[in-house]
Amino acid sequence: MSLWQKDKAFLFVLSVCASLAGVISIFIFFFLAKESVPAMAGIGLSQFVMDETWFASENQYNVLPLLWGSVLVSVGAVAFATPLGILSGLFCHFYAPSAIAGFYRSMVHLLAGIPSVIFGFWGLVSLVPLVARIHPPGPSLLAGVIVLGIMILPTIMVILDDAIANLSRLYLNSTVALGVSKWGALKGLILPNLRKQVGVSILLGLARSIGETMAILMVCGNVVRFPTSVFNPIRTLTANIALEMPFAMNVHRSALFFTGLIMMVLVAILMSTAQTRTSRQA
Amino acid sequence: MAIRYSLPVFCLAYLAMTGSNHAAGQENLTGKLTLTGSSTIAPLVSDLAKKFEKTHPGVRVDVQTGGSSRGVLDARQGTADIGMVSRALKEDEQDLKSYPIALDGICVIVHSTNPVKELTDSQIVAIYTGRVKNWKDVGGLDKQIMVVNKAEGRSTLELFLHYTKLKLPDIKADVIIGDNEQGIKTVAGNPYSVAYVSIGTAEYNATHGTQIKLLPLHGIQPSMQALIDHKFALSRPLNLVTKTEPTGIAKEFIAFAAAPENDSIVKGQYFVPLAKR
Amino acid sequence: MMVSRQVLTRTSRIRASRARLQNRIAAAVIWGGAIFVAALFAWLMADILWHGWREISLAYFTQEPESAGRLGGISSILVSTGLILIVCLVSALPIGLGTAIFLAEYTGPEDTVSRKIRLSLNVLAGTPSIVFGLFGNAFFCKMLGMGFSILSGGLTLACMVLPYFIRIAEESIRSVPQSYRMGAVALGLSKSTQIMRLILPVAVPGILGAIILSVGRSLSETAALIFTSGYVDRMPESLYDSGRSLSVHIYDLSMNVAGGDQRAYSAALVLIVSLILINFITGLIGRAWSRRMISIS
Repeated sequence: MSLWQKDKAFLFVLSVCASLAGVISIFIFFFLAKESVPAMAGIGLSQFVMDETWFASENQYNVLPLLWGSVLVSVGAVAFATPLGILSGLFCHFYAPSAIAGFYRSMVHLLAGIPSVIFGFWGLVSLVPLVARIHPPGPSLLAGVIVLGIMILPTIMVILDDAIANLSRLYLNSTVALGVSKWGALKGLILPNLRKQVGVSILLGLARSIGETMAILMVCGNVVRFPTSVFNPIRTLTANIALEMPFAMNVHRSALFFTGLIMMVLVAILMSTAQTRTSRQA
Repeated sequence: MAIRYSLPVFCLAYLAMTGSNHAAGQENLTGKLTLTGSSTIAPLVSDLAKKFEKTHPGVRVDVQTGGSSRGVLDARQGTADIGMVSRALKEDEQDLKSYPIALDGICVIVHSTNPVKELTDSQIVAIYTGRVKNWKDVGGLDKQIMVVNKAEGRSTLELFLHYTKLKLPDIKADVIIGDNEQGIKTVAGNPYSVAYVSIGTAEYNATHGTQIKLLPLHGIQPSMQALIDHKFALSRPLNLVTKTEPTGIAKEFIAFAAAPENDSIVKGQYFVPLAKR
Repeated sequence: MMVSRQVLTRTSRIRASRARLQNRIAAAVIWGGAIFVAALFAWLMADILWHGWREISLAYFTQEPESAGRLGGISSILVSTGLILIVCLVSALPIGLGTAIFLAEYTGPEDTVSRKIRLSLNVLAGTPSIVFGLFGNAFFCKMLGMGFSILSGGLTLACMVLPYFIRIAEESIRSVPQSYRMGAVALGLSKSTQIMRLILPVAVPGILGAIILSVGRSLSETAALIFTSGYVDRMPESLYDSGRSLSVHIYDLSMNVAGGDQRAYSAALVLIVSLILINFITGLIGRAWSRRMISIS
């Protein structure tokens, strides 16, 4: 085999790998679409938004309360985690002695690795009763927001931590030389320049929390309805699949695939926005 | 180069080998028995399966959960050899054959600090339909009631609906739970909640320090003993169902599951063995 | 604060004291936030450690679960988890590495091809694990007829970890200094030899990191496995057997087994300790890599 042929074969194998990897998401997408055809044909798209609620045994398939549940809990989690992520980043760079900062960072790393079922278990046994004491019933949007918030905190913090490291290298020496106070420097120079990374971390945090299932199922109460307060229970698209998939059949099963498809589209939008944002920065 | 490719080749070979084993297993009918359905029965059947496998080497028994409706569906479609259904078969399910292996009941539970001592059937209905929203209306504290309901597809829910003659959309729930333990944890975590769960699970938890209380029904305290004596109104058989008259391993397993010498396994999972056969 | 006292006028003194106050408040808020996060973390960990350590003994690792997991150990669960991991890695590794080399060595970061593949992978990375569960159940279990099996579970997980694996492997290959490639060209080596003999060996730490991340992801997964590898808790005999993973075991013990909490805590502790070990190994391989992993996960 000549060198040239060998190279060509090598490249061929690589491109097969790459195209395989590249088409998996498209394949999954079409597969979900195929499985949701019976639902779209059988109940029609209008029912997915016009029905009274989601009630499979009564043939009602309104996805909006579920979608709204997913959106609320994800946005809530991001709103909970982002300020803490920013504070944590500033803390590690400007306030904590380096030993504590190191410890804090490894703690966050560890947090990133804890499986969602453990968060859910802890939430169900420890957090939910606490929420119930503040305002019943306990399993609620709030419990979900807190559990999810802790889960996505590492994602947000690590992105911001890196960004702050870059910024402080750029600006901080000069501000110290100008005699600006520490907070003044952070407020005037670091925080405004952090905006883009905060945006990216929010998008990634959203994508991650929309997909979360087990922890949410365990702490959110799973009642299909539009919540009127943070203490109301909610059901998300993901929890709904996990609860109903085991026994779903025919149109019902197909409708669940359809909700899976919706989530994939949502995530695709979030991810492509995050990608264009990141590359525009680069 | 040779080493680089040997790993995937080895793996493929392994996959192929296990694949052919699998195929061979099906031909010889040494047998793999698949059971799916009720998550209430699954732990019991898993334990029975382990003992069965010990006495029948060469037989594998697989147990998957998913709720009674799944058990009916899989048995009917033939996806599973045996379905697990934790209630009596409905009228439109009479095409299946059912074999009870144990008894269970459903009871209403509240937090152990709740002063309410008993709920009548009509009070239960009123609470679950949202007509009564406060404990003080049924003799308790002036606190809002938190209603815990089961998710669709669970036979606990179906039995409860059957007993109360309610329709699922009538029920106004504050929390919807999947499996029994989630219900117990939810009630233990909220002093003003009410739920209905499997008696076995509830009794185990109540006697092991979980803060829940089992409410009597028609003056009868729910307990394993009350079930044995057939005194308790809300009881159900735990069934194994098949599409056709079972043969071979399936037949043997069903007989094994209901055999008196396995009563200790049934009790170990906090269910009631069938009465004298 | 840095300005000397003598030049301070009255107004600037007020301004300075206000700045000092703001400074203090900011410090208090930031310390407060950090302590809050640390406290939440400590609460979670203490809970699991406190309840979990009591049941753990050597027997816990060597016995099969009994009485639905209330008694006995987790040996069969560990074996199933291990097999699922192996299937996942064996199928994800070659494809992932091939793709990573392709992206890093044959395309620029902003090429159309690589942008498209990357977007597709990003979407895959963001796809909810329960959706992988749906897909795996319908495709591997039903369509390909693998049923509830370790094979179905491992392959589903492989689809799931692939994007993470590729991302890190690609970056580690890309970060190999350009001088290696130039040297190889000067020596007249073919591109394939250059990649296999020079670049990959240098990128090994990053690739190892990518493997470890994939292992971590797979270990933590529940939703994708419940509908694919299933619920059976006995010792698996082949890849076509259904096998319960550690995380599914925790889920079942806490949600479905009366008196399963103790064991759920213990299993959670085992899972967390193994993840800590994985984290620690990653730390040894390179701090930078481990940070990169979290930010894209």
